[in-house]
Amino acid sequence: MLSKFLHVVTALSLFSLILPQAAAQSVCDDPLGCVEVGPDDPIVVGAMLVVSGAVSYLGEDSLGGVELAILDRDEEMLGRDLELVVEDSLCTAEGGQAAAQRLSADESIVGVIGTNCSSAAQGAIPIISAAGMVMIAPSNTSPSLTNDNIEAGGSHMPGYFRTSHNGLMEGMRNAEFAMNILDAAAIATVHDGDPYTEGLARVVADTFAELGGNVVFEGAVNKGDTDMASILTEIAVSQPDVIYLPLFEPEVNFFAAQMQHIAGLEAVDIIGGGAAFVAGFPENTGEAAIGVYVSGPKVSGAAYDALLAAWDDEIGGTPPSGYHAHAYDATNILLEAVAAAAVEADDGTLLIGRSAIRDALAATEDYPGLTGDLTCQDESPFAGDCATGTALAMFVITEAEVYDDNWPPPIAWNFAAESAP
Amino acid sequence: MFKWNTDDFSWVDFTIDVLRVIIVLGVVIGAWNTLSSGRISFAQWVNLFAAGLSQGSIYALIALGYTLVYGILLMINFAHGEVFMAGAFSTVFLAEALNRTGFLNAQPLLAILLMIAFAGLVSMSVAILLERIAYRPLRGSPRLVPLITAIGASFFLQYTFRGLYGSGFKAYPGVNALQGAIVIGGISIPVVQVFVFCAALVLMLCLYWLVERTRIGKAMRAVSENKEVARLMGIDIDWVIMFTFGVGGFLAGSAGVINGLFRPQGVNFYMGFIPGIKAFTAAVLGGIGNIPGAMLGGLFLGVIEAIGPNLVLAGLGIPGANQLKDVIAFTMLVLVLIFRPQGILGERLSETKA
Repeated sequence: MLSKFLHVVTALSLFSLILPQAAAQSVCDDPLGCVEVGPDDPIVVGAMLVVSGAVSYLGEDSLGGVELAILDRDEEMLGRDLELVVEDSLCTAEGGQAAAQRLSADESIVGVIGTNCSSAAQGAIPIISAAGMVMIAPSNTSPSLTNDNIEAGGSHMPGYFRTSHNGLMEGMRNAEFAMNILDAAAIATVHDGDPYTEGLARVVADTFAELGGNVVFEGAVNKGDTDMASILTEIAVSQPDVIYLPLFEPEVNFFAAQMQHIAGLEAVDIIGGGAAFVAGFPENTGEAAIGVYVSGPKVSGAAYDALLAAWDDEIGGTPPSGYHAHAYDATNILLEAVAAAAVEADDGTLLIGRSAIRDALAATEDYPGLTGDLTCQDESPFAGDCATGTALAMFVITEAEVYDDNWPPPIAWNFAAESAP
Repeated sequence: MFKWNTDDFSWVDFTIDVLRVIIVLGVVIGAWNTLSSGRISFAQWVNLFAAGLSQGSIYALIALGYTLVYGILLMINFAHGEVFMAGAFSTVFLAEALNRTGFLNAQPLLAILLMIAFAGLVSMSVAILLERIAYRPLRGSPRLVPLITAIGASFFLQYTFRGLYGSGFKAYPGVNALQGAIVIGGISIPVVQVFVFCAALVLMLCLYWLVERTRIGKAMRAVSENKEVARLMGIDIDWVIMFTFGVGGFLAGSAGVINGLFRPQGVNFYMGFIPGIKAFTAAVLGGIGNIPGAMLGGLFLGVIEAIGPNLVLAGLGIPGANQLKDVIAFTMLVLVLIFRPQGILGERLSETKA
C-alpha cells in the first residue's frame, strides 16, 4: 500500500516538474499579450494611411512601399502567408483615431505601418499604445510625436516609431544651411497650418534666430490656396534673403511659380522641406523650380533603383510622392522585429509577444535601410525616431529635373558631414 | 437704413445695425492704417488687383453654372466644382500632347481654342449625364433630396476621376505667348492675367447673347419663369433643362483650361472642391439665379480675396492675415446677406423661389 502511494507521489512529482516546461511552449508570458498565429493562419500587418481626400497620393505612395516590402519576401514569413489590412486614417486626428480603433480591434495584427500625417498620428497613438501594439510612421515629422513631455506639447507613447526624419532634426539642419551655406541674414517662413509644416517652420525660425539671424516674416497659407500673390507681396515688403517653405504639393508649386511675378523676390532663395522632395515638384512647377533647395533623404543607389523598377512592374509608373522608401524600410524593420519576437509552440502556433515586438524594434541598430542606417532611439525628444539623419541632405533643383525627368537632384550640402543631434 | 423709431424698435434690427457699424469701422480703420503706413506701393496694389480680377473671372465662369441651374430648377448643383475638374483634368493630357508636338507654342491661339473646346465638351458631357442620371429622376422630390444627391455625385465624380487619372498632381505646360508682362506707367501686369480676364469676358458675353438674343435663350428664360406655362406653350422643358446643364458645364470646362493657363499647377481629382465653394459664394454674392450677378459676384470675390488681407486685416494688426483670406471672402458673403439678402444684383424672390 505504502509503495503504491510512493509510486503515485513520485509520478505526480515528476509530472509537476515536466508540466511547466511543456506549458512554456504553448502559453504566452508576454506582459502585453501575444498574437497567436495558427499553423495555417497568415501573419497580418496593418496599415493606416491616407486613402481618400486631397493628399491621398501620400497614402498611395506609402502603400506601394509596404506592398513591395511584402512582395520582396514572396508574401511569406516564418512559413506563413503575409497579409495586409489597410484602413483610411485621412489626414486628421479624428481619421487617425478611427483607423487605430478598427485596427486595434483586430487581434491578429502584429503591427501597423502609418500614419502619413502627423495630425492623424496624434489621434492614433493613444489607441495603438493602449492596445499594446506598435505603429511605424513613414512620413510623420512633427517633433511632438517623439517627445514624451506632455507639458511641452509632447504626445509620444510607447509603441510609436517612425522612419521619417524628425522635423527637429530636419529643421535645425535647414536653418544651419540657410545661415552658413547661403549666408542669409534674414529669413521668412511660411506654413499651411498642418502640425508638420507648422512644426518645421517653428524649428527653422527658432534655430535661425539662435544662430544670430533675423526672422523677418512668419506667415501661413491655407491648404487648397492657389493664389499666393497676397502673401508674396507681404513677404516682398519684409525683404528676406531666403524663404523657408515646408509646404506640400500643390501649394509649394503655386508659391514657387508665382514668386517670379513679384517684384523684390527675384533674388530670394527658397528652401523646401521634405514634402517638396518629390519628382512632381520640378515637373509641375517648371522653370521656377530651378535653383530651389529641397531637403530630403539620399534614396539613391542600386537598391533604390531596384525598388523603382519593382514599382513600375508591380504597380505601374513612378511613386507619386517621396515617402515610399520610408514605408518600405518601416515594413522591413517591423517584419524583422516580428521574426525576432516570434516563438513557435509545440502545436505549431506562433506566439508573438507584443512587448517583445516593441523591444525588438527599440533594439534596431544600424539597420541598412534605403533611407539610410536606421537606429531606433528611446529618449525624448527623439523617442521612437529610427531615422538618424545619416542620409539627410540638401538637394538643389536643376534644369535636368525640370526638363529631363532626372531624379533625385544633385546634392548641395550633405548633412551627415555635420554633427548629428 | 438705421431704424431708431421707438415704435418699431427691435433688438434684432439693433444688433444688425451695431454689427454693420462695427464692420464698416473695422474696414475703414484697417484700410486707413495700411494705406497711411505706405508699406505696400501703388504698383503692388495694382498687381494684387489685376491678379484678383483674373482669379475672379474664373470664379465668375464657374458661378454661372450654379446660377443657370438655380435659375431654372431652384437647386444648388454642388457637383458643379467636379464638372469644372472633369474638363480641367482631362484636358491637361491634351495640353501635354500639344506641347510635346510643339503645336502649343507654334499656334498658341488655335491650341488654346482646341483645349477650351475639348474641356468644354468633357465638362458638358459630365454635366448632362449628371442631370440625366442623378437629378432628372428626382425632379419633383423635396428640395433636400437633389441637394444631398448632388453632394454624393460630387464624391462619385472625384473618385471616378481619381481612378481614371490617378491621385498625383499634374500641371498645364507654359505657353510662351502668355509669358512676360505689359508695362503701363511703370506698372507691369503679366500677359497671362490680361488674357484670362479677356477670355472670360468673351465667354460671359457669349452666354449673355445666348440667353438674351436666341430662341433657346428665350426658352430658358420661360422655363425659369414658370415651367408649367412654358410646357403649355410647347417648350420641351426636359430638353431646355438638359441644355442649361450643358451650357453651365461648357463654361466650367472652359474655366478649367483658363485656370490651367493662369495657375498651371495643382491639377488633380480634388481641384474642383475649393473653386466650387468659392464660385457658389460668388453666385450668392451676385444674386443667385441672376447671370450678370454671378459675373459681378465672381469678379468682386476675386478682388476682395486678393486685396482684403493686406488692406484690412494687416492694417488691424491681425497676425497671419493671409491665412484668413477665406474668412474675408465668407465675411463678405455674410455682409452682403445682412445688407442685401437678395445679393448684389438679385431681385427679392417669392416664397417659392427663395
